[in-house]
Amino acid sequence: MIQLRYFASLRETLGVGDEQVDLPDGIADISALTGWLQERNDTWRTALGDSRLHIAVNQEIVKPDCPLRDGDEVAWFPPVTGG
Amino acid sequence: MIRVQTEDFDPGTELEQVRRNNGGKAGAVVSFIGLVRDLNEGDTIRQMTLEHYPGMTEKALGIIETTARARWDLTDVVIIHRIGPLAPNDRIVFVAAASAHRKQAFRACEFMIDTLKTDAPFWKKEATDSDARWVSAPPAAG
Repeated sequence: MIQLRYFASLRETLGVGDEQVDLPDGIADISALTGWLQERNDTWRTALGDSRLHIAVNQEIVKPDCPLRDGDEVAWFPPVTGG
Repeated sequence: MIRVQTEDFDPGTELEQVRRNNGGKAGAVVSFIGLVRDLNEGDTIRQMTLEHYPGMTEKALGIIETTARARWDLTDVVIIHRIGPLAPNDRIVFVAAASAHRKQAFRACEFMIDTLKTDAPFWKKEATDSDARWVSAPPAAG
């Protein structure tokens, strides 16, 4: 089981802020996980295909080749605008 | 010291706390306060809502504090960031750095607010008279 989280405009576009999923066989890294989620429908395909998105694993920014492990928390979000 | 909070903060109280903690070691305290503007991209802003990533926010701010302390000789650091609904002219963020000498404090304060803007997971959504929209990040850090 992994925890997935989406923030800000991405959360609104997808209509979900967080969910838990069982890690499918063959999904070994973030890039593969993103691709698997994009297969849900066109909204997911387009939204998660935005190259500006940042990805965090266990609350630290990672690159798409970051490996996945059971129990991880993975988050996608647009560039930050605080301060 | 790092705080993420819905309620407002009092800059005077925060700066006085830095002074009290200091015990004579720092000769300089530099602080920055960020406010909600009433105008963005030509539209009047009625409300600004700050979303964040609980947990990661505190981690990211902690890394900023640790990095600043490693780079400059600081006696105290304060970062306060508000979340939730805010109105024009409300305070959003407070950053302070205390050091023996002013140059270190100035540089550390600027570094911390600049890095917060690019690294800490906060997002602004602004409401105008006709619309609510997510603020887009500038193309390059600045």
